[in-house]
Amino acid sequence: MFMTELQINQARQIRIDILKMLYGCQSGHPGGSLSLVEILLALYNDVLRYDPQNPSWAERDRLVLSKGHGCPALYAVLADKGFFSRESLWTLRQLGSILQGHPDMRKTPGVDASTGSLGQGMSVAVGYALAGKRDGHHFRVFCVVGDGEAQEGLVWEAAMAAAHYRLNNLTVLMDYNQLQIDGTNDQVLSLGDILDKFQAFGWEISEVDGHDIDAIAKTLNRPVSDKPRFMLCHTIKGKGVSFMENTVGWHGKPMDQEQFDAAMREMGC
Amino acid sequence: MDENVLVVDADLAHATMSVDFANQYPDRFYNFGIAEANMMAAASGLANSGYKVFASTFALFGTGRAYEQIRNSICYTHANVKLGLSHAGPSCGEDGGSHQSIEDIALMRVLPGMTVLAPCDAIEMRKAVFAAAAKDGPIYIRTGRLPTDICTTEATPFEIGKSVVLMEGTDVVIFACGIMVAQALEAAQALNAEGISAAVVNVHTIKPLDEESILHMAVTCGAVVTAEEHSVIGGLGSAIAEALMGKAYVPFEQVGIQDRFGQSGKPQDLFREYGLTAEAITKACIRVIGQKSASGKKR
Repeated sequence: MFMTELQINQARQIRIDILKMLYGCQSGHPGGSLSLVEILLALYNDVLRYDPQNPSWAERDRLVLSKGHGCPALYAVLADKGFFSRESLWTLRQLGSILQGHPDMRKTPGVDASTGSLGQGMSVAVGYALAGKRDGHHFRVFCVVGDGEAQEGLVWEAAMAAAHYRLNNLTVLMDYNQLQIDGTNDQVLSLGDILDKFQAFGWEISEVDGHDIDAIAKTLNRPVSDKPRFMLCHTIKGKGVSFMENTVGWHGKPMDQEQFDAAMREMGC
Repeated sequence: MDENVLVVDADLAHATMSVDFANQYPDRFYNFGIAEANMMAAASGLANSGYKVFASTFALFGTGRAYEQIRNSICYTHANVKLGLSHAGPSCGEDGGSHQSIEDIALMRVLPGMTVLAPCDAIEMRKAVFAAAAKDGPIYIRTGRLPTDICTTEATPFEIGKSVVLMEGTDVVIFACGIMVAQALEAAQALNAEGISAAVVNVHTIKPLDEESILHMAVTCGAVVTAEEHSVIGGLGSAIAEALMGKAYVPFEQVGIQDRFGQSGKPQDLFREYGLTAEAITKACIRVIGQKSASGKKR
């Protein structure tokens, strides 16, 4: 994996924002936000077509963060891209904020789907992709799901529909950190061979290092076939903060001051 | 024809009759297979891309099976999805309790931003569909399976949120929706023959409820009976009780399903078994009128 200095600094800044947001509101989900950073940067730097000045532009590519609890990462990236001010970030999860605890498309510019109830985002993405195939439309749809999320039956209903309707304008990226609230995927409910499963459902499959921005973007920018695409992104839950990395306990736990200070020191602050 | 209208179904197109749309406009119809939850969330994606989506399946599998998809993906985003759900209530008959939705009005009514319609006949159904298409946001249109008596005419006004007085009366008012409107009219005629003046109000919109007119009719008549092919918990009768609470002190009875599941049977037998008849409404009217005189009229 090679990241440019620009990419490294950008990812670090997003992580700093995530940690500050979550420390500030003393709730939320650090582990699954930190694992998402490079996936979202690849999408917003190099793949998606969008206009921060016109977030509801009809022909924009859609990003559905189906694992909605990772939204602090999305909010930090959207602020970085100019959808709203960085000051808004510090209002996360507070009464009246445009930044809800889980994504709300009616409150946050740049958020394309209200998610958080797991599995639903993937079905919404199927609906968007069907719309994107209708006359006069050309937009593409990208959907980020969690690994534990694939335990929801809805994911497989959506997977079947996407293959049936040949939604080659749809790409699902799985943040594959292999941890969920109650333990590892294998301890809680094994996913088996997730790539095989999507392939058997009629999807084109690939896998990448989910912390390598260029590798993710390169794979996403390949020409598409007539199938929907599934991309397994190998990630580390809590990436970037040593005491959170690969630790089940950091799914949805607030940091105390000592932990926050330690995390910020690791970020070079 | 509105080119933005899309119809989705979940392998029930031949039962719900959405197949007629599919045959006429195949490029605007999506069959999602036996996967109602995916259909509802996908419908929100289509709607939030600018389409007017009519989602069709049985009332139970739409409002029940896919409840949370309707809540979070459709209602929470105020998606322009119309839930045209059929086979509600025991009138779907022989299929039995597993298929007879008795709770769908309650489930949909509690969702912020949801409009709930229960038309009483084919003429009103047609008006309801066009009115729903013209109004932005999520709307549930409840229909049954059986052919219905015609209670309205083309000239009967239909406006979402406005109840319709089908028969004037002064002794008791019957508020009804769906197929119970025909039963209410029959009950009112029977009461009239006995010298009792019963009003019949067709409350085709359960949410937003026409509170002002309902309160006026309740106070004017001084006794209220509600009639619905639905549980007495959470449906039309509950909505009217909530609207009258603290405002109209009147005897009140509900005709509806008394907190039971349905079962197999011929629709007419089920109506008798569950008390969904003109006779049941008539008896309830006589009881509330009796209470009115016993309690010394309105306080």
